[in-house]
Amino acid sequence: MATSTDPLIERPVSRRRFIAFLVAGPTLIAAARLERPAAASAAGVPTSQPVDEYDLSDLLNDAAAPTANLIRVVIEKDGSVSFAMPRAEVGQGITTAAAMIIADELDVPLSQINITLADAEPQLVFNQLTGGSNTIHSIYDPLRAAAAAARGALLQAAALYLNQPVSQLSTAGGAVLSSLGQTVSYATLSTKAAVSKNTLVKPNLKPHSAQQLVGTPQRRIDALAAVTGTKVFAMDITPPGALPTMVCRAPTLNGSARSLNNEAEILAMPGVTDVAVIPHSAHINGGVAVRAATFGQCIDAIRAMQVDWAPGTAEGMYASDVESQLIKSELPMTPALGDTIDERFVFNFRPGDPLETNCAVAVVTKDSAEIWSSLKAPIWAQEKIASLLGMQVSQVTCHVTQGGGSFGRHLFADAAFESAVIAQKMGKPVKLMWHRADNFRQGRVHPMCTSRVRMTYSGKNIIAFDQRHTSVATDFSHGLGEILSAYAATLPDANSLGYSQSIFLLTACSPYNFGPTTQLLEEVYPYDKFNTSSVRNIYSPDVRTAGELMVDKMAALQGVDRYQFRRDYARDARMVAVLDKVAEAADWGRTMAPGTAQGIGVHREYKGYAACVVEIDCTPRTVNRVIPNGYGGPRVTKVTFVVDVGLPINPLGLQAQMMGGSMDGIAQALSYSLHLEDGYFLEASWDDTAYTRQWNTPPDVNVIVMPPTTNEPGGAGELGVAASMAATAGAYWKATGIFPTRFPINYAEPLWFTPYPTVPPIPASPTTEYASVIAQEQADKAAGRRAEREKHAHHTTRHAHHSAKRKDH
Amino acid sequence: MPTHTFILNGKRVSVDCPDDVHLLWVLRDLLGVHGPKYGCGLTVCKACTSLINGVSVQLCGVLVGDLKPTDEVLTIEGLPGSVGKALHPLQQAWLDYDVAQCGYCQPGEIMHAVALIEEAHAAGRRVNEADLDSFRNVCRCGTYFRIREAIKAGEQMMIDQGLLKKPNAYDPILPGRELKREHHHNRAAR
Ligand code: FES
Ligand code: FES
Repeated sequence: MATSTDPLIERPVSRRRFIAFLVAGPTLIAAARLERPAAASAAGVPTSQPVDEYDLSDLLNDAAAPTANLIRVVIEKDGSVSFAMPRAEVGQGITTAAAMIIADELDVPLSQINITLADAEPQLVFNQLTGGSNTIHSIYDPLRAAAAAARGALLQAAALYLNQPVSQLSTAGGAVLSSLGQTVSYATLSTKAAVSKNTLVKPNLKPHSAQQLVGTPQRRIDALAAVTGTKVFAMDITPPGALPTMVCRAPTLNGSARSLNNEAEILAMPGVTDVAVIPHSAHINGGVAVRAATFGQCIDAIRAMQVDWAPGTAEGMYASDVESQLIKSELPMTPALGDTIDERFVFNFRPGDPLETNCAVAVVTKDSAEIWSSLKAPIWAQEKIASLLGMQVSQVTCHVTQGGGSFGRHLFADAAFESAVIAQKMGKPVKLMWHRADNFRQGRVHPMCTSRVRMTYSGKNIIAFDQRHTSVATDFSHGLGEILSAYAATLPDANSLGYSQSIFLLTACSPYNFGPTTQLLEEVYPYDKFNTSSVRNIYSPDVRTAGELMVDKMAALQGVDRYQFRRDYARDARMVAVLDKVAEAADWGRTMAPGTAQGIGVHREYKGYAACVVEIDCTPRTVNRVIPNGYGGPRVTKVTFVVDVGLPINPLGLQAQMMGGSMDGIAQALSYSLHLEDGYFLEASWDDTAYTRQWNTPPDVNVIVMPPTTNEPGGAGELGVAASMAATAGAYWKATGIFPTRFPINYAEPLWFTPYPTVPPIPASPTTEYASVIAQEQADKAAGRRAEREKHAHHTTRHAHHSAKRKDH
Repeated sequence: MPTHTFILNGKRVSVDCPDDVHLLWVLRDLLGVHGPKYGCGLTVCKACTSLINGVSVQLCGVLVGDLKPTDEVLTIEGLPGSVGKALHPLQQAWLDYDVAQCGYCQPGEIMHAVALIEEAHAAGRRVNEADLDSFRNVCRCGTYFRIREAIKAGEQMMIDQGLLKKPNAYDPILPGRELKREHHHNRAAR
């Protein structure tokens, strides 16, 4: 990976300017903040959209700027460097990237850098929100500035100590070196360089060409903890007295518990210590909470509960009802001024579940509360918890734990709220964890939506592109919403638009020169009818999949190759570059066997560009594979993904993000969804929701990270989904001849699972006859039936499985 | 309350709790062993996968009352010790390929990979693509491709380090057993 300035690549100078401080303290502490960037000049391209001038990344940056002075780098007495990152690490690798940035600027080995996750600090205000894939983009410059200021102070201190001019000194390996061959470690200098009052300094940032780590592939700094099982997630934290706690939830979406009718019986169950009825509200999912010695005993207790439920928020509703409402609410198209192609695409509800379910630990006393949870908006959570408990904000402490994935869900703090309220009601510390079935059925989902796309053309010319996106309302009542309202004045057309519209305008993008382009959002239902969140990622996967399928269709109509057509209409050079690269690397246009095909998709967002080519296998042999208790269907056999994020910090981390995004894109195109029937979602397990599994993982994945194209690192957490989803959908059309308009593509197929009942709301944990299994094994062994066993060696060929019939409810 | 005794990561442990508590909770909630993770409690996601007597099992589907005092439970915490090293070769391969993202699924992935490789070699062959496709562990972060790469690399390291017994000398494991059980119980539970 090239790190130095490549003369062939024009790299615009960063618009940002920065100053730094030395902060009074016992050892050296350096801090930095950004000044507000100057307004960007108009892009001046023939098709101009709001997103060209000012996108979501800019918004989050500007919001973070006034308080970014609290980005502090501390040189500890042992010479190590600490940075409490005001962001959540949920698997996206931002701690590793931050460590690389600091190590580079300070000349300290990566191993001597300790990154922790900062507790909620109200004075950070907006600068403590992990969303919109914005983290690296917004902290890159302040972090460099702070680290550079620290390096400058260390050099000054060393100059005094060695009695030599700074010009004769340099830094390397966590020490200052003199031209005479002397070495002073940062450990020695850390207290000498400390200041007694805050001092403004001008940091001397290294040129990009001197960065040795930034831009090179580095493994995750928490990898060892992950593979040894020592990485600490919220449920691995046990303050004294905190016992497992779960909630019995309603049989319909957001139903509210009226009463528990067999409380005495439940309290008498083994291990159970407490029960409490928790009413449903906009912030608390609620139900009947139970605390016990083990989670297993909570599950048993929940299954035994007899609860009186009030109706939910989607009582009696089916997905088809939502679809009609969406279609009815669609904003009209303006009259077309030429020939058109026009399609409506339907995107069903899909889960936003990470593998770790919603969970939080809460210790609440009369006058204080302490919460541990993976929180992407911890300040907002802290304020809300204070108000839920009737406390002052200063009485609430929120610790941000490592998250087992997030995908947008941890912008909300559902488990943290619930845990606080339950702990207060029971008067005891709790470790609250959601059951997986509840996480799917009552948790936050990607809102169902439709996207109608019309392309207008005259002969060979495309003269207009119009998209009407209609969605179940997305809940933005978390910290992102607060940013938007505070910065409303800076938003395009903010006065006439709500939060969702603002986000839509800031992210929506058609990266082509198709003439006048309109993309409009309309929402249906109140934001709390369905539990939604901006599941990885906000609107782009659906908006872009709909758009890219129409591009494929138009290319076919015009008789132009799909790659060439995109290239002809691409709005800028960076888009052309990723397109060319992906076409070359994927061997675009190679001859494919019948039933298989290539597909291509591009996307531009978060200051980054992505292009993806997939190959799909839709042959009957593959589609009809028998997967016990699971969904097989078409298989993407190869993914080639090219990404340009501007300035790549850690290409290895970026590759991981794009791979993960592609697995998401494949799932969202082909199989991953929730079926709304009679007021609740049918899916309750991973086998039901059909997220990508190994049997649908492409055996061939190639992610190419483009060399630096700017001096600014763009976000990457979500960039991978839209292009891969669009490419998969397009490949499916080519392979089968069926133009997909409903997603995921398998949505209307007979269910491949038998839905679990809703009463009791969570399934029993399987109880294996472990002893008899062992006995069977020994009997087998004695009988020497080795050959027989060999025959059954592969799980995927066992247990012929027939699509289960849907149960009547 | 009954006392249950079994061998956990090479050490004999005893725990007082009812027979019908699943081993995942006995380990996590009562013994403070946090390597095995909860992802479903239905033997579906495989985040809690560990080895019992060398067999890959989901701890969320095993009752503590079914364990015999001689049964050996191996979790990710005990894996390096089981080969007398600081890291098991598969853990090293996982590091080499920078497999983990959030890391939540990875203890279960690694433990099942150990069993998968040992099973294949017990049958006198190497891990093949069908084996990899049979891997049911959910990784919501989508690290699947790197898991495939790391398994192949880890298998080679295990061969090089002499950790895989020769075919036939190995005490065979009943392939597919775990799945049969799961199949049965998923049906029963609904
Ligand atoms: S928690 Fe055991 S398999 Fe999911
Ligand atoms: S690494 Fe996050 S679930 Fe697998």
